[in-house]
Amino acid sequence: MRTNGRIGFTTSCLLILLVCCFVMNGCSPKDDTSVAKTEDTQFTIKNKGSDTMVNLAQAWAEKYTDISTTASVEVSGGGSGTGVAALINGTVDIANCSRQIKPKELELATQNTGKVPQEFIVGYDALAVYVHQDTPIDRITIIQLAEIYGENGTISKWSELGISHSDCPSDKIIRISRQSNSGTYFYFREALLGKSRDFRIGSLDLHGSKDVVEVVGRTPCAIGYSGMGYATSHVKMLEVAADSNSPYYPPNLENVLAKTYPIARPLYMYSLGEPAGEIKIYLDWILSAAGQEIVKKLGFVPLENTGLMQN
Amino acid sequence: MNILRKKSAAHLPFSETAIELFIRLCGISSILFVFGIFFFVFREGAGFLFGGLDLGQFLTSVEWQPTSLNNKRYGAFALIVGTFSVTLLAMCIAVPFGLGAAIFVSEFCSPKLRETFKIIIELLAAIPSVVWGFIGLTLMNQLIISVFNAPIGLTMLNGSIMLALMSVPIIVSIAEDALKAVPDSYREAAEALGATRWQVVYRVLLPAAKNGLLAAVLLGAARSIGETMAVLMATGHSVNIPSGPLSWIRTLTATIAAELGEVARGDEHYQVLFIIGILLFTITFVVNLIADLVIKGIRQES
Repeated sequence: MRTNGRIGFTTSCLLILLVCCFVMNGCSPKDDTSVAKTEDTQFTIKNKGSDTMVNLAQAWAEKYTDISTTASVEVSGGGSGTGVAALINGTVDIANCSRQIKPKELELATQNTGKVPQEFIVGYDALAVYVHQDTPIDRITIIQLAEIYGENGTISKWSELGISHSDCPSDKIIRISRQSNSGTYFYFREALLGKSRDFRIGSLDLHGSKDVVEVVGRTPCAIGYSGMGYATSHVKMLEVAADSNSPYYPPNLENVLAKTYPIARPLYMYSLGEPAGEIKIYLDWILSAAGQEIVKKLGFVPLENTGLMQN
Repeated sequence: MNILRKKSAAHLPFSETAIELFIRLCGISSILFVFGIFFFVFREGAGFLFGGLDLGQFLTSVEWQPTSLNNKRYGAFALIVGTFSVTLLAMCIAVPFGLGAAIFVSEFCSPKLRETFKIIIELLAAIPSVVWGFIGLTLMNQLIISVFNAPIGLTMLNGSIMLALMSVPIIVSIAEDALKAVPDSYREAAEALGATRWQVVYRVLLPAAKNGLLAAVLLGAARSIGETMAVLMATGHSVNIPSGPLSWIRTLTATIAAELGEVARGDEHYQVLFIIGILLFTITFVVNLIADLVIKGIRQES
């Protein structure tokens, strides 16, 4: 009998805690509504999705909530797929997506909510190829990247790229990738390998854009890919060319807009049906010069027609 | 005692009946929840499990390519190996520490120190797993890089240390109770025969409490197998058959956590993740069942 004494005590403590939680939860919504009422009846725009875009969406939301008197914006991340799933279930007003919505998702959303999701391109993102700052390499081709990341690829050592990497004694390239459902993963795979080839297994599949850069910054042997807005002082962004006969371009605003940098993609927002009311005002603001200023500030590339590129 | 109970049962106030009913419901609900969860997990995965999934490939192939556009492959072998290897290594670390601590707390330390010790060990159990994961991702990562000169610290060893720290409190509390359950007459008899304290522990207490200790280890292992967040963050999350403690791996649990959030409901990939869930459920069920049977064994003996 004694064997369970200790556990019994712990469990009962937990149970009490749990009950407390429920009681607290039961109370809190009341508090919320009373606060909201005194602050005027505000409309809350729910925004969810892409991990690549979460910082950007957060920055928009903060700025917009400051300047708007009638609406506030709630942002959460989780990934492009998560955002679209929420859109399908009708639980968000706007989904952020770093890839285009899939036909099946479009169909499901239309079926479930009776509204056709509308697409807005809200900016561009260049996927930078990151290495540790001490790696003696400055440029790489898409073909080399495909051989590093692709299935049955021929490059797995730094020496095979023609460099001797003294900080990486094992000479082995550590491939940093993303979890297999992220929009970034999909886009990078297609840009490198087309639709018919897969990534090689055995890469470290990290769970966020920021994590990739952080781990690469600590690992001399590593190579990774992430949005160029996530660069830190511990990593180096490589110049990328389509193949060894083409010119190399660093990831930056000019090269993305000129479409010379080979791995850049649009960032999307999807609303349920034609946006109206507060949601339309918010999307218009994002597409305006004021909204696009924030895009630029966060290291993404703003839309062409807003006049931001002159300065 | 008996008379008292009968007396109160005769004219039971309404409030007491209500409370009794509520408590009864609580008890039954836990059973309902377990079966409900099992039913749900099974229902979500069953369609693909019995129609389409190549079970041989699932259990033996390392090719985990669930989002491939034209050649989807669901080989979970590397994930199964990952789960078991990280748990095994974690147990290699946790069992000596856990049992050692339990022996110290129950046999060697003063009563006052014992109370402090137990509170601190329970505190260790209260640290959320995501915090352990964070420690693994930052602190332990750097430590492994500098100590072992490894290229990257997000490895099986890192995950195992985190899991060991998480299962030690469980092992200590259950093992300590098992040692305490050994009657004092055993200790007295051994000491009367001239045994030293260590001989008492080694020759008398450990054999007498062996079932309880085994149960402690098994429950610790079950905790490790089911742990998700810490291993997701600390092991590198890479589909890879490990060649040593410094290889990076991926576990079954971490795969579900990383991929389920972004998969379309009802999709093949979604169903495979639930099949992994069924597999995990079966593994932990078997481990817990063995632990329960072992504990029952002690009860019948004592």
